[in-house]
Amino acid sequence: MVLQAKDIRKSFGDNDILRGISLEVERGELISIIGPSGCGKSTFLRCLNFLEHPDAGNVRIEDVELTSPRHWHRRDEAQAHRLRAHVGMVFQSFNLFPHRSVLDNVMMAPVHVKKMDHEAARRIACELLKKVGLGAVKDRYPDRLSGGQKQRAAIARALAMRPSVMLYDEPTSALDPELSEEVLSVMRALDEEGMTQLVVTHDMRFARAASDRVLYLEEGQIVESGDPDVMFANPREARTRRFLRTLLS
Amino acid sequence: MTPTIARALGRFIVCGLLVLGSAASVLTSRPAQASSALVVPGAQNEHDLPWASDGEANVPYVFHDPAQEGRVTGFEYELMGAIAQHVHRHSRFIQNGWDGLIPGLSRGLYAMVIDGIEMTPEHKEAVLFSHPYYVTSDRIMVRRDQQGLESLAALNGHAVGTIKNTAAERLLLQQNNVFVRSYDEETNLFSDLKNGRLDAVLIDEPIAHYYGSDDMKLVGPPIGTVAYGIAFPKDNPALRDAVDHALTTLQHDGTLHRILARWNLWTPQMAAYTGDKTTLDIKPQAWEDYRRTMESMSGSSFHAIMYRYVRFIPLIGQGAVMTLAVSALAMILAVAMGVVLALGRHYGAISIKILCGTYVEIVRGTPLLIQVLFIFYGLPAFGIRLSPLVAGVLSLGFNYAAYEAENYRAGLLSVPRGQMEAAIALNMTHFQALRLVVVPQAFRTVVPVMTNDFIALIKDSSLVSVITLTELSQTYIRLSSTYYDYVGTGLMVGLAYLLIGLPFVRLARMAEKRLGRVVGQGHH
Ligand SMILES: Nc1ncnc2c1ncn2[C@@H]1O[C@H](COP(=O)(O)OP(=O)(O)OP(=O)(O)O)[C@@H](O)[C@H]1O
Ligand SMILES: [Mg+2]
Repeated sequence: MVLQAKDIRKSFGDNDILRGISLEVERGELISIIGPSGCGKSTFLRCLNFLEHPDAGNVRIEDVELTSPRHWHRRDEAQAHRLRAHVGMVFQSFNLFPHRSVLDNVMMAPVHVKKMDHEAARRIACELLKKVGLGAVKDRYPDRLSGGQKQRAAIARALAMRPSVMLYDEPTSALDPELSEEVLSVMRALDEEGMTQLVVTHDMRFARAASDRVLYLEEGQIVESGDPDVMFANPREARTRRFLRTLLS
Repeated sequence: MTPTIARALGRFIVCGLLVLGSAASVLTSRPAQASSALVVPGAQNEHDLPWASDGEANVPYVFHDPAQEGRVTGFEYELMGAIAQHVHRHSRFIQNGWDGLIPGLSRGLYAMVIDGIEMTPEHKEAVLFSHPYYVTSDRIMVRRDQQGLESLAALNGHAVGTIKNTAAERLLLQQNNVFVRSYDEETNLFSDLKNGRLDAVLIDEPIAHYYGSDDMKLVGPPIGTVAYGIAFPKDNPALRDAVDHALTTLQHDGTLHRILARWNLWTPQMAAYTGDKTTLDIKPQAWEDYRRTMESMSGSSFHAIMYRYVRFIPLIGQGAVMTLAVSALAMILAVAMGVVLALGRHYGAISIKILCGTYVEIVRGTPLLIQVLFIFYGLPAFGIRLSPLVAGVLSLGFNYAAYEAENYRAGLLSVPRGQMEAAIALNMTHFQALRLVVVPQAFRTVVPVMTNDFIALIKDSSLVSVITLTELSQTYIRLSSTYYDYVGTGLMVGLAYLLIGLPFVRLARMAEKRLGRVVGQGHH
């Protein structure tokens, strides 16, 4: 088990967004998280690397464990820092650093966070960019890339920190279908290499074809989880069925 | 801000500061001095006698000799030389703007002020005066072809100019129906009489003599009496007494008479006042020299004018160096402080946010001129004495820091939140995220605004001339009013400003180009 989340709770004001979510992820799994808009998918993902501070709950990734404290202290931030060393994240809007070249985007964290030697970081970055198909454009600035290229660069940037778990928040929602395919094929390749990946997505075809497991979230809780073929063909819960039906119509 | 408004404001503030200053000097009044040794404020050694005047457009009192660049002259200048000899010291002239003269005296920058200051009751409240060293009257001056304006009463219904805050101005304001125009500078006053904006001028007789030209004439009898006194700090009667003693001697031994005669200023009125009925056989040499110089300049050849402009270059260069030094140092301070304020306001704890916000609002909400005067003339009341350069840099820097802070905050706000989140997700610390990701992007949007600000700051640096710094604008005022040449010197000084600003514009362009890959600038 590479990741374990226990009873994650989060509310914004009076709105309980996450109402106790627990999840165990085995190494190498690809898990799709689906659910209606506003059900808390992004919030859950962001709680896993403490971009959002959960009100309660516990997250363990590899050997780093952090129980969300009532008051956030310096030592909790340090622990979150240790935990994030094992997690990479990819955003819907890419969030590449526009003032740096693609290569610099990928090298930046290894050099400054891991204090990696410049040459070594460069070698790793070039390798990763080649792997996601961006070897030829590594010296461009992000605004000179297509959307699909941007998202692949963002994946390379996250991979450069050698994470054990990758979190994706709707990585292809901003992309045309052909461009989405470029990104999804990178994710499939990573899956084959044994990367553990959690993907929030609205792309049901991808969820069904590529995932080892699908989670259906509604109103801050996991309603149903299981094998994608089973769940899409024959959902156990009425709420899941209703959600899937609205997607089809 | 036009110089006129600036000066008016300056006067207003200076009054306030005087009250503050005198309150403070009461609190800190020194123990009685040994009667033998004079206390001479501002003196650099026991032989020094520093005194101040405004040598811009101030003929024949204290002024820069148009015939010889770098030489200061005038009948008051010569009188101060004679007084200094009597108290066994060396006279040292310090230039200060008219509005700063008395505040500078209260601050102890120099020992006394001589600048045709009238001994009015208001002035007597702020300073100690010597005996009058010159007594004169106001005179009406008109264009040569003008008829029938020979008395105060006759001026009713006409536009009449005079110098601000003088007996002449008060006289005019007492008339029912005179359109009074008050000027800062004699040169402007007389050129407006010449070009018809004014029908008449009411002014101290010496000024009328020196500034009037052949196409103007003095009309009617002398009006009222004006007495000039040397001003001293309130708390230094010993110094005043010593100078009074010297003045009396100079009157009796004829020195004052000789000086005034050289300047063509010895009048029956002065004879009556001093009781000196002798007639000295003295040529009005200084007067004639001055007239000759002015005439030679009015009809000068192209060559002579060019030669004069070449001689201005070092002076303008000096002014430019001062402007550049003050602006550059102030900008460095403004940028550094602005960054701190902006980060404090954007990311700080609530108390820090409020603190930074308050600073920004206060500084942006009050005029720069007030801040300059307050820091230089006001802070000494609280025991903080700064040199003019330091005070100038600090006030400009503190002021622009507020504007920079707002720029930078807008810059920070313009960076999408996702940038910070991506950096944190890559396990950067907060500080790394700011340094590597957020600030460079904010900077890029801020550079063009900063360029504007710096150009504005270079221009605003002219305000520090109110605290005795001779920078470019001050140099312009001085040269133009000494040589009655507003166009040529204006072009030269304007060019100097442009040349100073240019490198920064270039620098900003380069920075923009280097950083200038703005997201979404096409190329998709
Ligand atoms: N910082 C915040 N402050 C207040 N409310 C928030 C905040 N972030 C999210 N929410 C609210 O929490 C709820 C869940 O948001 P979340 O982004 O997790 O939903 P989601 O499942 O990712 O939806 P979508 O599919 O539209 O992305 C939404 O109603 C949202 O408005
Ligand atoms: Mg979402």
